[in-house]
Amino acid sequence: MTTLLIFVIVLFVAIALWQMVKIFDLAQVGGPSSQVADDKDNRINGYLMIGFLIFIYAITILSFYYLGDLPLIGNSASEHGPGIDNLMVISMVVIFIVQIVTQFLLHYFAFKYKGEKGRKALFYADNNTLEAIWTIIPVIVLAGLIIYGLFTWNDIMNVTAATDDEDPMVIELYAQQFNWKARYSGEDNVLGQANVRLIDLDRANILGLDEADPYAQDDVIVTELHLPKGRPILFKMRSQDVLHSAYMPHFRAQMNCVPGMVTQFAFTPMVTTAEMRQNPDMQDKVKNINEIRLENKEDIEARGQDLVYEFDYLLLCNKICGKSHYNMQMKIIVEEQEEFDAWMAEQTKFAASLN
Amino acid sequence: MGATAEAHLHDDHEVHHHKETFVTKYIFSQDHKMIAKQYLITGVLVMGIIGIFMSLMIRMQIAWPEQPNVLFETFLGKWAPGGVMDADIYLALVTIHGTLMVFFVLTAGLSGTFSNLLIPLQIGARDMASGFLNMISYWLFFISCVVMIASFFVEMGPAAAGWTIYPPLSALEMAQPGSGLGMTLWLVSMAIFIASSLLGSLNYIVTVINLRTKGMSMTRLPLTIWAFFVTAVIGVISFPVLLSAALLLIMDRSFGTSFFLSDIFIQGEVLHYQGGSPVLFEHLFWFLGHPEVYIVLLPALGITSEIIATNSRKPIFGYRAMVASILAIAFLSTIVWGHHMFISGMNPFLGSVFTFTTLLIAIPSAVKAFNYITTLWKGNLQMNPAMLFSIGLVSTFITGGLTGIILGDSALDINVHDTYFVVAHFHLVMGISALYGVFAGIYHWFPRMYGRMMNKNLGYLHFWVTAICAYGVFFPMHFIGMAGLPRRYYTNSNFPLFDDTTNTQAVITMFAIIGGTIQLVFLYNFIHSVFYGKKAEQNPWRSNTLEWTAPVEHIHGNWPGALPTVYRWSYDYSKPGHDEDFVPQNVPLKEGEEELQH
Ligand code: HEM
Ligand SMILES: [Cu+2]
Ligand SMILES: [Cu+2]
Repeated sequence: MTTLLIFVIVLFVAIALWQMVKIFDLAQVGGPSSQVADDKDNRINGYLMIGFLIFIYAITILSFYYLGDLPLIGNSASEHGPGIDNLMVISMVVIFIVQIVTQFLLHYFAFKYKGEKGRKALFYADNNTLEAIWTIIPVIVLAGLIIYGLFTWNDIMNVTAATDDEDPMVIELYAQQFNWKARYSGEDNVLGQANVRLIDLDRANILGLDEADPYAQDDVIVTELHLPKGRPILFKMRSQDVLHSAYMPHFRAQMNCVPGMVTQFAFTPMVTTAEMRQNPDMQDKVKNINEIRLENKEDIEARGQDLVYEFDYLLLCNKICGKSHYNMQMKIIVEEQEEFDAWMAEQTKFAASLN
Repeated sequence: MGATAEAHLHDDHEVHHHKETFVTKYIFSQDHKMIAKQYLITGVLVMGIIGIFMSLMIRMQIAWPEQPNVLFETFLGKWAPGGVMDADIYLALVTIHGTLMVFFVLTAGLSGTFSNLLIPLQIGARDMASGFLNMISYWLFFISCVVMIASFFVEMGPAAAGWTIYPPLSALEMAQPGSGLGMTLWLVSMAIFIASSLLGSLNYIVTVINLRTKGMSMTRLPLTIWAFFVTAVIGVISFPVLLSAALLLIMDRSFGTSFFLSDIFIQGEVLHYQGGSPVLFEHLFWFLGHPEVYIVLLPALGITSEIIATNSRKPIFGYRAMVASILAIAFLSTIVWGHHMFISGMNPFLGSVFTFTTLLIAIPSAVKAFNYITTLWKGNLQMNPAMLFSIGLVSTFITGGLTGIILGDSALDINVHDTYFVVAHFHLVMGISALYGVFAGIYHWFPRMYGRMMNKNLGYLHFWVTAICAYGVFFPMHFIGMAGLPRRYYTNSNFPLFDDTTNTQAVITMFAIIGGTIQLVFLYNFIHSVFYGKKAEQNPWRSNTLEWTAPVEHIHGNWPGALPTVYRWSYDYSKPGHDEDFVPQNVPLKEGEEELQH
């Protein structure tokens, strides 16, 4: 139905265009110079420049008004999240101001100095002071952003310094076309040795753990990621086939999973799933999503999904990895330590999971 | 080399009296003006139309996922059973769209058309240093186009690993159907393409260095030529690295080497690969990939400099600073590639270094933007369609460049990497800006190419609708990206997290459809004007550069008599002491007139 509608619209637009083209064509009189802009063209397009400036401002305002609650800013669920969000807000404010001012100058000058016959432009070719000014100002602003940015980056990425003294819990994120597994390191908090060459599907050794490694025996392999609130987590990422990327947007966390090497990322989850569901902003967002879902009720039920959405953290794949790249997620549940312990106690240890 | 070329070209006898057949004139032409037109038609028009059409199919799928669509059914055939697009072909469309646009349209199409047309004409040369290599370069490009398009007709479909073709996805046939014959064709096509690009670039470099006419010192070169020249240099430095990456990938795919692969278990079996690293491929790819984005952008900036100065009737502001920033961008562009790899697993310390260099490159970019704006100040702006597209370029270059500051900050990139935010960024700063450069160039030099004028009113219509649609498509996309929506997702309807972006996606697609359709007006204008446009005067825009001193009729060797001699830079617009508001470069200085010390 929608498709049909689009086609009708496109058809009408095409016909309208064709008609306009013909009119323009017929209106084309005069010699060759008639195709060079004259005073009237300059005037009309000068005004259109102002119109376009207003359009740019309008689309900016409308986007902020209608889409302003989309960006993941504020409400981060990890300890380092607010640092990123702050930097984001500062950078956005800076580029927003530059955008508003430079677009104004560009379009306003285009309007103000629209050509007129007989007027002569100012012969003005150079000014070293001006050049220096607009070299130095960006240098200063960017230097500020770089320094702030690099401190933030180092805080996040320097996993050994950040987590050594805090005794992080080590979890492996394991990617394959097209799903995720998580491997907990168990009571010893050391992941058992693993390599894809050791995978033995008959014995249900799906991640290729070294069955002889004592550290591997208490490892726990699951398909839903549970994290205790407030405990630093050190993720070790592995992939068995192609590149994937473990993207946890609510935690401001992402790291590629690379076959043949182990990558890592660390963060501390600070907000439980239950708490996030109570967050007023999140409740607005979920309400909004549910309204939209209600409008598309048939589609959604045809797909066999639940109509009503309840918020959950997700881990998404964010590196093109093949056909079902779009459908490669894992649910993340952040909970209090006791809940986490209770959940963990129910899981099967690696040694016991083998056939 | 330079000397013999000169001697050959100055031989008037040879230049004017040899007969040309249809084949040597239109097909295997060695004349730079004809080769420019060949590039324009193959690279910009044909490949551009295919690329835009693919993008519209991609957008329709995103906005109305998994719904039957007549277009899909018609054009995708077995890959859209019942008109519902298949997920594999979605990725193939994304891949080939990106490849066509970045390489075929905006590298070969843009440089091929305008470097070829303008380098000899603006420096006062009779042709390229080697017309023969130039011809080979075009025909290699043509073959690479054919091979790339042919990949749509193979059983398992074309390459589908994204335009960045990261292995192992691109290396293993069992990882996705597109990584079979389709990927082989992609690699072969790109290898031929790179050969073509290198031949072209070497030719541009040699021509600019050796064949400048008397008086055309480097400091009198129009900025167009500076931009084309530096672009060619960057191309020569970086394309061979992509070629080597492609060759190594071919070896991994076909000869069992392990450059990029290690420890892989796929479809129930362990592969033999051991010791390679996909991250190595990423380094090689982006060592070309980032300079590549400037290979796309710089020629567009060069074109814009020329057009803004001419139509403002003012010298380009800060000629020296413009040249310096082109050079700075060229240098810096070779040391920032790591910003595409902040979270690839490389050492975070490297991330810091690349953040530093990346934000440095924003400085020359800012200088250029301010210089364009100042050029408009107190000008006498002639609002020709080319001028509008040039102003449009400055606008989108600013909007898109600013978000580069966010992406370049490694800490911020963690959360927006590979989301729609990146898609919005590079389409504005590179895609749309460079496309505007192409359009500006076509409107401006059409009279030089075809001896006729394009219709200005259709040009206005084309510009304003395109300009609105470009912002309509890519501005809201930033917000979707900041919501965390990953790019290259076939559909977002499998889980509800992003349901609040669906309406925006539909609006974006509407803008895209309108924006794509309006290009037909341009196409009509172009084709119609080639045959029925008003006959052009010799110098319709009253421009200073040498190409407008050559006769309207194309002749082999460009100027009927001696080559013009140059006495001044190309930006003496509205110079006090002259009656006209322009003084072509071949007009000698008046007595007592000072040449500007730039
Ligand atoms: C102001 C200067 C600029 C900065 C600081 C900047 C920064 C960045 C960064 C950091 C990325 C990687 C984002 C990610 O993948 O997460 C990126 C992507 C990209 N940029 Fe820029 N950029 C700038 C200007 C440009 C220009 C001038 C162009 C083109 C002419 C360009 C074209 C691209 C392209 C094509 C990509 C995406 C490639 C891909 O992942 O498919 N950028 N930019
Ligand atoms: Cu994926
Ligand atoms: Cu880059």
